Amino acid sequence: MFNTKHILGAALTATLLSITPVQAEEVIKLATTTSTENSGLLKELLPTFEAQSGYKVQVIATGTGKALALGRQGDVDLVMTHAPAAEAKFVEEGYGSEPRGIMENDFVVLGPKNDPAKIKGSASAEEAFGKIAAAGVPFISRGDDSGTHKKELKIWQAANVKPEFKGYTSVGQGMGKTLLMTNELQGYTLTDRGTYIAYKGKLDLDVDFEGGATLANPYQVILINSAKYPNLNHKGAKALSDWLISAEGQKMINDFKVQGEQLFKATYRQ
Amino acid sequence: MSQSWFELIQQALGLLFSLDKDLWSIIWVSFGVSLAALLITLIPSMLLGFVLAFKQFPGRHFVLNLVQTLQSIPTVVIGLLVYLLLTRMGPLGDLRWLFTQQGMILGQMLICAPVLIAMSQAAFTSADKRAWETALTLGASLPRAILMVSGELRGPLLLAVIAAFSRIVTEVGCSMMVGGNIEYVTRNIPTAIALETSKGDFAQAIALGLVLLFLAIIMNFALGNLRGKNQVRSH
Repeated sequence: MFNTKHILGAALTATLLSITPVQAEEVIKLATTTSTENSGLLKELLPTFEAQSGYKVQVIATGTGKALALGRQGDVDLVMTHAPAAEAKFVEEGYGSEPRGIMENDFVVLGPKNDPAKIKGSASAEEAFGKIAAAGVPFISRGDDSGTHKKELKIWQAANVKPEFKGYTSVGQGMGKTLLMTNELQGYTLTDRGTYIAYKGKLDLDVDFEGGATLANPYQVILINSAKYPNLNHKGAKALSDWLISAEGQKMINDFKVQGEQLFKATYRQ
Repeated sequence: MSQSWFELIQQALGLLFSLDKDLWSIIWVSFGVSLAALLITLIPSMLLGFVLAFKQFPGRHFVLNLVQTLQSIPTVVIGLLVYLLLTRMGPLGDLRWLFTQQGMILGQMLICAPVLIAMSQAAFTSADKRAWETALTLGASLPRAILMVSGELRGPLLLAVIAAFSRIVTEVGCSMMVGGNIEYVTRNIPTAIALETSKGDFAQAIALGLVLLFLAIIMNFALGNLRGKNQVRSH
C-alpha cells in the first residue's frame, strides 16, 4: 500500500499547496492589443492603478481576435480591444459584459515618401485604397485577425476592391513587425497612429492619408460574464474597468504622450 | 475551449483531405523552400565533409570546431544574421531578397550546411581508408573514387541528409524573420502554425502539425531501417 507512488503523490500535493500563491485573488489578467502595449500606455497607467487598488495586473498583448478568443475561453479576467463589430458579437453571445468605450485614437495610411499611387489628397480612405489597388503597388496587410486587420478589410469592402490584387501582401504579424516590413518593401499599410509614432524614427515612410470618420479607432474595455466563468477574478476586473473610466484614469489617458504627441483621446461618456 | 478536441481534429482532417487551397499552398512553400536549400548545399557540404575526413591540412581542427559550433546556434540568430545582410541598408540590400523565398532559402542553407558537413565528416571518418587507396591505385579518377566511398556509406550519409532536412523543415525562427510569413509566398508550415495559434484558430494549425508529425514518422522509419541494415551489414 505504502509504495513510492503514494509518497510521491503526497510530496507533490504538499509542494503544490505550498507554492499556491496566497494572493491569487489579487492578480488581474488583462488581454489587450499590441497597440496599447507597444505604445507604452499601459506601462503608464497600470502602476498607478496597482498602487491604489493593491491588485497586480498581468497583461497579455496580442491581436484583438486572440484577445477575444482568450476571453471566450475564460483564460483572462477582462479584455481591452478595438474592433466594434467583433466586440458586439462577443457581448451578444454572452461571453462579455459591461462594454465601455474608454478612449480612441485613429488609423493612418503610411506609404513611400514619393507616394507612387498618388493617394495624398484623396477624399476618403476608400478612395485612397482604390488608388493603391489600381496602381498595383505593394500593400502590406497584417492578416492576423487583429482590430487593425479587421478595419482594413472593411475599407476594402467599402471601396469595392477584392484584396487579391497584385501587390497585396498578407503577412500575419503584429503591427510593429508589419511596419518594418512595409518599410523594407516600400509599400503602403494601414496602422494605428500610436504604433506609427513609436516606430517613426526607424521608418522611411510618410503618412500619405489620414482623417475621416472611417479611420476612427475606438477602444472598449469588456468584462467577462460571471455566469459563464464564475471562477475568474471578477472583482478585480470590475475595479480596473471602473478605474479606467474614473476622472483620474481618463485624465491619465489624455495626458499620455509619445515623442511629444498625444496618442489617445479619452472618450468615456456616462 | 469553444470547440471540443474531437471537432478540431475533424476539421483539421477535413482541411487536409478536401485539398484546402491555403493549407496546401503552405505545405508546398515549406517543402519547396527546404528542398531547394537542401539540394543547393548537399554536394558542397558533403565534399567538405569528405575533405575534412580524408585530408590533413592546417586549420582543419579550427574548421571542424567551427562547424560543430554552428550546428548548435539557434535558428533565430541565423535569421538575424541573414536579415541584417538582406535589409535595405545591409550589404546585400540591393538584391531585394528580404521577405522572399530566395532569402528564406539562403537562411535555411546556413542552417543545414553545418549539420550536413559535420555528419558527413563523421561518416567518412568511419569509412575504411583502404578501399579508397585501392581504388586510386587501380587508376579510378578522383570523382569516381569519392562516389565509390560514398556508395559504401549510403546509410550514414542518408542519415545526415534526413537530419539536415528535418532541422530546416521544422525551424520557425529564421523563416519568420527572413521570410516574413507572407501568404502564398513565404508562409510555411511552422510560421503558419505560429500565426494560426496566435489568432486562436486551431484547425489549420492542427492539420499542419499532423503533416509534420507524418513526415517525422516516415523519416524515423527510414532511419530505423537504415540503422538496422547497417548493423546487420557490419557483422
